[in-house]
Amino acid sequence: MKLELGYIPIHNIQFGDPSRVEDGVLYVNAEDIKTLIMKDERVASAEVELARPGESVRITPVKDVVEPRVKVDGPGGLFPGTVSRVKTVGSGKTHVLKGAAVVTTGRIVGFQEGIIDMSGPGAQYTPFSKTNNIVLILRPRDELEPHEHEVAVRMAGLKTAAYLGELARNLTPETIETFETLPLKEGMEQYKDLPRVGYVQMLQSQGLLHDTYVYGVDAKQILPTILYPTEVMDGAIISGNCVSACDKNPTYVHQNNPIVHDLFARHGKDFNFCAMIITNENVYLADKARSSDWTAKLCEFLSLDGVIVSEEGFGNPDTDLMMNARKITDKGIKIVLLTDEYAGQDGSSQSLADAHVSADAVVSGGNANQVITLPRMGKVIGSEAYVGTIAGGWDKNKQPDGTIMVELQAITGATSEVGFGYLSAR
Amino acid sequence: MNKIKVVHYINQFFAQIGGEEMAHVPPEWRDGPVGPGLALGAAFGEEAQIIGTVICGDSYFNENVEQALDTILEMVRQHQPDLLIAGPAFNAGRYGVACGTVAKAAQDKLGVKAVTGMYVENPGADMFAQDVYIISTRNSAAGMRDAVSRMVPLAKKLVKGETIGASAQEGYLPRGVRVNLFEKERGSKRAVDMLVKKLKDQPFETEYPMPNFDRVAPQPAVQNINQAKVALVTSGGIVPFGNPDRIESSNASRYGRYDIDGLMDLEEGKWATAHGGYDPSYANQDADRVLPVDVMRELEMEGKIGSLFHFTYSTVGNGTAVKSSKAFAEDFVKELIQENVQAVILTST
Repeated sequence: MKLELGYIPIHNIQFGDPSRVEDGVLYVNAEDIKTLIMKDERVASAEVELARPGESVRITPVKDVVEPRVKVDGPGGLFPGTVSRVKTVGSGKTHVLKGAAVVTTGRIVGFQEGIIDMSGPGAQYTPFSKTNNIVLILRPRDELEPHEHEVAVRMAGLKTAAYLGELARNLTPETIETFETLPLKEGMEQYKDLPRVGYVQMLQSQGLLHDTYVYGVDAKQILPTILYPTEVMDGAIISGNCVSACDKNPTYVHQNNPIVHDLFARHGKDFNFCAMIITNENVYLADKARSSDWTAKLCEFLSLDGVIVSEEGFGNPDTDLMMNARKITDKGIKIVLLTDEYAGQDGSSQSLADAHVSADAVVSGGNANQVITLPRMGKVIGSEAYVGTIAGGWDKNKQPDGTIMVELQAITGATSEVGFGYLSAR
Repeated sequence: MNKIKVVHYINQFFAQIGGEEMAHVPPEWRDGPVGPGLALGAAFGEEAQIIGTVICGDSYFNENVEQALDTILEMVRQHQPDLLIAGPAFNAGRYGVACGTVAKAAQDKLGVKAVTGMYVENPGADMFAQDVYIISTRNSAAGMRDAVSRMVPLAKKLVKGETIGASAQEGYLPRGVRVNLFEKERGSKRAVDMLVKKLKDQPFETEYPMPNFDRVAPQPAVQNINQAKVALVTSGGIVPFGNPDRIESSNASRYGRYDIDGLMDLEEGKWATAHGGYDPSYANQDADRVLPVDVMRELEMEGKIGSLFHFTYSTVGNGTAVKSSKAFAEDFVKELIQENVQAVILTST
């Protein structure tokens, strides 16, 4: 399967009519977006705001971040099973508005959701301080129960990203990257002297605001399965979770999965990047046992020599991580794990809720309990009313001068467990 | 700005008094730098001055620890330095223990900042890495220049009160405290690099060495459960509606103690969860799903348990430091013992 990604760089965003891309500027018609979102009867109101890198702007509570893309050639469309009809994606050509992102915010659903600061000390911890953000402020109808509320805001973000991506359909990309994964037998023949490597992505699936969808299927319901890695670039996996926003993968990160990209970078040179395996992190022990069994079985079935395993979340999923580590290692396959740490605010506590000797090669996304002081921002998109109750906040963490103290876990993408950021700990 | 005043601690060997045959010499003060102190002084440049050197034989120190330490601390105290540098001791075991002991005492008893240096396998490293900044050195004095080049910048930061980076950045031995840092490569690239090394059987360094995991063996079954007083404890965050103790939704800093005397059922709108790590909607509908007061009352009435203890203890397990959880339990377990509670049902989520 071969996919060509064509990048159209976006350096700035402005409101304008009609929505279009001109000279690296994305012009957004807010009325068109509102009309699109309000077609969903679960949404009572929608506002559109813009946030650019370096501005004195805080966005909170952030639910999801999505990159505008469009499929210009090949089967299927963006976000199959949710926005587009179900069709296997990952081949042909896709255009990307690189530098733009759709961010969803609005009334809180649970205790969850994150913070994005566009400038100041918080900005260096979130990758989305560097994107030009089209922010949707969504208010659901009052009687909507939490699960429906979550679906409504999730769909609004995806649909808006698809709408904006459509603007790139007839543009000429500035740069093009090509990614190809061969079917099993051809791959073995072409790279017969290279070690065989796979990527196991653990998907968050613990329940409301802890869910992930694969071709529209709730990942709680899947058995571990195999993807061509390019499928995720067309939105095969989307996020329905943002609890402790530091280490959850927004849809944007699934679309740009850095492990997939960095494995492709050395594919055919240091190893043969054969396949991506996705598994879940359900809360029942039987599910954990079954999914880790199947993950190890698929690694063995693909005759892999080495595997990178990425976690999503912490605590309960640490047990899934260790089960995967142990069972894959037992198949004689070498593993590297990607996780983050909850070592307490002073860093002196045990970092994970579980441990196993097979986990001898670990990359850390940093200690999410580290406290950071965020200065008052000139403008808040969304509301700061929840900064004391979101995961990573505490009662009265907002000072009279407007500064906010939070743990890094409240900052969207701060301790990414797919290695999207540069933070680590020792 | 005044120069930083430094006292340097070295052994008889580095003072060029002699080797093992002179290891019995007692503590001695000399003004100015001696031996490796010259290299240290040069590295500090104009910013600091080595005002004196304390020399002590390794055997003398280790055979007369209390006396030696008293004498050395008195020498240091008299000269009121801003900083004490001990060693580096490389892989010399007794010297390493002496350096660690002197550095720790200087910072704890005299309030003087202290830095030492050792090879990771020096017994002094294990003994003092948690208490003192120990720069990781090579295993012999051939690594002196390298050691000095890292001891000096760290020492300056300590004296000036600047933020100390992670062990990997500053070059000190890990202190059992996790410190964040920004790496040059993103995490995914580091993972791929690590995998390639592992596949080639080349050495690689994990970023998080697995701890010795603290596993608790289950207690034997309770005899005569039908007469036992049973308590309910949860990390599922069940609290009276409104969360009166303001228990955090993640990384809880406290637990709550709630009276359930006479309660048959945890009703919607009166009880809810403060936990941010799972779908709260079902627990908020019926908190008994997490803290099963209703079922315990039935068991109590059927005589299957003796009684349900009238307090329940609740915290949020989500991302809560293991250290905090231990402290909570050590606290409330006193009351459980005092009240003759014989069994606890601990529900998690």
